[in-house]
Amino acid sequence: MSGVPLYFYLALAAVLFGIGTIGALTRRNGITIFLSIELMLNSVNLTLVTYSRLLAQRAHDLGVALTGQVIVFFVLAVAAAEAAVGLALFIAVYRNRRTVDMNRINLMRW
Amino acid sequence: MSFAVTATLLKMLVWLVVIINVTPVMLWIERRGGGLIQDRPGPNRVGPFGIFQAVADVLKFLFKEDVIPTEVDRPLYLLAPVLALVPPLTAFIVIPFGPAVDVAGHSVSLVVTSAETGVLLLLALSSLGVYALVMAGYSSNNKFSLLGSVRASAQMISYELALTLAIVAVLVPVGTFRLDAVVAAQQGTWLGFLPRWNVFPQIIGFLVFLVAAFAETNRLPFDLPEAESELVAGYHTEYSAMKFALFFMGEYMSMAVLSALAATLYFGGWYLPGIDYTGVWWVVGLKGLVVIVAKMALFLLFFVWVRWSFPRFRFDQLLRLGWKALLPLAVLNLILVAALTVGGWL
Amino acid sequence: MIELITFIFFAALALGSGIVVVAHKNPVYSVMSLVLTLFSTAVLFVLLGAPFLAALLVLVYAGAILVLFLFVLMLLNVAAPSTTEERAGVQRVVAVCAGLVFAGLLAVLAWQDPLTRMVRPLSEEYVAIKPLAHLLFSTYLLPFEIVGLLLLAAVVAATVLARKPAPKPREGEQ
Repeated sequence: MSGVPLYFYLALAAVLFGIGTIGALTRRNGITIFLSIELMLNSVNLTLVTYSRLLAQRAHDLGVALTGQVIVFFVLAVAAAEAAVGLALFIAVYRNRRTVDMNRINLMRW
Repeated sequence: MSFAVTATLLKMLVWLVVIINVTPVMLWIERRGGGLIQDRPGPNRVGPFGIFQAVADVLKFLFKEDVIPTEVDRPLYLLAPVLALVPPLTAFIVIPFGPAVDVAGHSVSLVVTSAETGVLLLLALSSLGVYALVMAGYSSNNKFSLLGSVRASAQMISYELALTLAIVAVLVPVGTFRLDAVVAAQQGTWLGFLPRWNVFPQIIGFLVFLVAAFAETNRLPFDLPEAESELVAGYHTEYSAMKFALFFMGEYMSMAVLSALAATLYFGGWYLPGIDYTGVWWVVGLKGLVVIVAKMALFLLFFVWVRWSFPRFRFDQLLRLGWKALLPLAVLNLILVAALTVGGWL
Repeated sequence: MIELITFIFFAALALGSGIVVVAHKNPVYSVMSLVLTLFSTAVLFVLLGAPFLAALLVLVYAGAILVLFLFVLMLLNVAAPSTTEERAGVQRVVAVCAGLVFAGLLAVLAWQDPLTRMVRPLSEEYVAIKPLAHLLFSTYLLPFEIVGLLLLAAVVAATVLARKPAPKPREGEQ
């Protein structure tokens, strides 16, 4: 029968996570760094759903298999909270320093 | 092509025909109806009673000069009107227009997709409509457009919450997101004459849905973001000719989607108690389609009626209404419906 | 067959828009590309048998959180950076290497389980929403309520942080 091996999903999630890491470490604009972190969260969600499907094939207990989807649900909610607080922080920083360039926001550097 | 694929394409075609015709018909009704309410004639020169006004308008939009300002952000500027059309066109796939009919041995249910996530799919696709507004305002490189788009998108996301909660309250007694199950639960009558529509037990939810629908489509009394005397023309100031026409069409199509949703959730959808839904498949389908389009038409007439009757809200009054009045009412309605369902009355 | 084609198309779309998110100079384009990435991921969720999560991803993440990002971007008017300072060359190379190594490690780790290379069809009850909802409100009720409190705390925190600072009282003159 046809279908997509689950390994493809995991490989895609790994590559997306790598791309997000590169973005978070390389970019200067604070908001773009934040977006790269959201990309990493998204790739983690994909991994969780893939493993949830894997468990559904291996163990025939639905409660165990759906745990991955429940975790993704909570990750979504926490990502929303984190985005709200993070953006509020950016607004506060911009109001004081007039920039979101991460190279300029360096008051706490030694 | 397999039978299922052909059936799905035909059902999509039916809804496409309905929704494409909404804009020209609504154009005429809006302007003649507005004239009737304001005691003036309205368009009456292009054909008897101005019926061909829509044709004249389309020709005007097609032949108008298409001006693109120099300093706009071109990709986003050109993408925004197209993106404004995508949510309403795709939202119709979960709205049923008839019962399950028997076509040449196969049983076909008259809804494009009876996906497990039903209404949630419609809400998810509609929430992407905010991006059209935001992109239009941002890319126009114009202070008034930016301000108009920020206001319009803030309004849309504020009222989306109340809308979603009102919809969830309808789904609680039914137990599933699928709209054909919601319509099936509204069949029959109470006491022999009152149809078993959801509007009677959930009148608060219906009022919340109605007000939120007006705010979602940027219609008066909630049309501050695009009012002529306020911000020039809001987020579509810098758009001319066909691109403006696309925004215009998108607004009417959104009205049609929300009218169809209101008719399905609260007024029984394609079912009317007196009509016999058995027989040849295309006769049954036609009956169901006529009933739901008639209910949509009544809601669209109500939209026009309210537009020409009320003054508009100021923006802080609008946001205050959305967050401090509608959201608590919607939550109250949800709690009430949940309690009644657990108690067994619904 | 059709599943493979759908997967390849939307996986390529997710990869492409992911690269645009990270690489584009203008943050507004990055946000739009992230919307496209999330939409592709939602389609992949549907392919994996989680339609509720797919709808939730588009509704909550793409429809609300990223709109918040766009609002903040437009309010702060953060356009493409006009100054060209020193380009931290070493940091860039190290970051790219680290990202590649990490992605490679994850891919190798995923390869270890032979079950990931097979595929079997799903049962109907896995795709239904009821079991997920039941699990959420029975076994995971406490985390659910705690997340509600977390969201309340986030709303209060965001309001306090983004508020304009109170004007200092003038000394001397009335």
